[in-house]
Amino acid sequence: MSELLRLFLIFLTAALVQNILLIRFIGLCPFFGVSSKVETSIGMGIAVTFVMTMASSACWLIWNYLLNPLGIGEFLYIVSFILVIASLVQFEEIVIKKISPPLYRAMGIYLPLITTNCAVLAAATEGVKPGFLKLNVAFHYSFIEAIIFSIGVALGFTLVIIIFSTIRERIELAPVPSIFKGIPITFITAALMSLAFMAFYGLFGL
Amino acid sequence: MEVMLVLKAVAALGGLGLVFGSLLEVTSRKFAVEVDPRVSLLLAVLPGANCGACGLPGCEAAAEAIASGKIPIDSCVAGGQETLEAVARVMGVEVTTLIEPFRAFIRCGGGRGKVSLRFLYDGVADCVIAEKTTHGDLACSYGCLGLGSCVKSCPFDALSIGENHLPVVNWAKCTGCGICVSICPRKIISLVPEKAQIGVACNSKDKGPVVRKICQVGCIACNACVKVCESGAITLVDNLAIIDYKKCTFCGKCIEKCPTKCIVLL
Repeated sequence: MSELLRLFLIFLTAALVQNILLIRFIGLCPFFGVSSKVETSIGMGIAVTFVMTMASSACWLIWNYLLNPLGIGEFLYIVSFILVIASLVQFEEIVIKKISPPLYRAMGIYLPLITTNCAVLAAATEGVKPGFLKLNVAFHYSFIEAIIFSIGVALGFTLVIIIFSTIRERIELAPVPSIFKGIPITFITAALMSLAFMAFYGLFGL
Repeated sequence: MEVMLVLKAVAALGGLGLVFGSLLEVTSRKFAVEVDPRVSLLLAVLPGANCGACGLPGCEAAAEAIASGKIPIDSCVAGGQETLEAVARVMGVEVTTLIEPFRAFIRCGGGRGKVSLRFLYDGVADCVIAEKTTHGDLACSYGCLGLGSCVKSCPFDALSIGENHLPVVNWAKCTGCGICVSICPRKIISLVPEKAQIGVACNSKDKGPVVRKICQVGCIACNACVKVCESGAITLVDNLAIIDYKKCTFCGKCIEKCPTKCIVLL
């Protein structure tokens, strides 16, 4: 497998085949909480993409040059990764507040939410320990691969949350039975979308 | 060996914390945003319960809006007169208006104990869900379901479930923010002036005989209170006695006269 093809496959696997929201069900709180309007979900997607890429690359460096050589990674990685993510979110918040107040107001509440977003932690952890969720640590990502992987996860997240918010905006207008109104019909929609994304499972052989 | 491991862990995590901490410190200085100093002062005097009664998401948004003049200084419903004066001090203006404080009042005296049940409800213990899915198990379609959605919603901890599964309002804690009023799926809770001493503890718009059959303490629209009221403060609307607190003198004659005792002292 050529290097470029391998990167491409890592990207597609992260974004579609192993989509973090619909296939692995990680990071569902923003998925249901922020997806009622297209604008806010785009904002959330951008914020998550930024934080996820930054956090994954920082975590890869910390794992490979600090935690793993010292032999303390196995029990310290969650604590230190959370530290990295929290600091980065704080950093991002300060910078956005200064550079673009409208964007800050639009994302306001959601930015701090990313701090405890499990999707970001999962992407960072999988960047350094590929496949740890499936309990086989057979291969290892290089720095570039880890970054491509996290971008893939983040873009998959953004894609799905934007598609989902457009569907939700239309459901708002649909004559849904009163018992299903609101959150129940949203869950059903998400389940159907998840079913549709299952189709990617057979596409690539990675 | 283990001691070394601990030392390594402490050094690594401490080092990371130091690096990221100083990074944040530097960026927060470099990217500092000028904020109106009054905003933090306002935030200190506002109740801080983030109840949203002013129409804005939380006290911080309200403080910003007040400081920039987008909403009037008496916007905080929950804070009442005291907060208005404090806000006015911060903003440097004179208080001219007097806020009449309101309190929540539960307009149901029956509840689970005194009203017959249509069936046994075994679903989620939440009034909104019970009302949406089964229209409640009470025979009275206006009465309190007593599952405590209002208790959960109260940002000031002023509500609790008391006798007969009816919510009880702690008037000392209630601020009249109106969150419970909007939560209650049967619109049983209303805001009454704090000085009010009398209230109609019934919300039933059913006709008298219907009420009599299912509830011993409901308003049966008998017109007795309307006749006995000297100041003309009570009227019957949709088979339910309504007190106009602007006219009411709190003489208490209607309480004595009411045959089902659904007019109560608050």
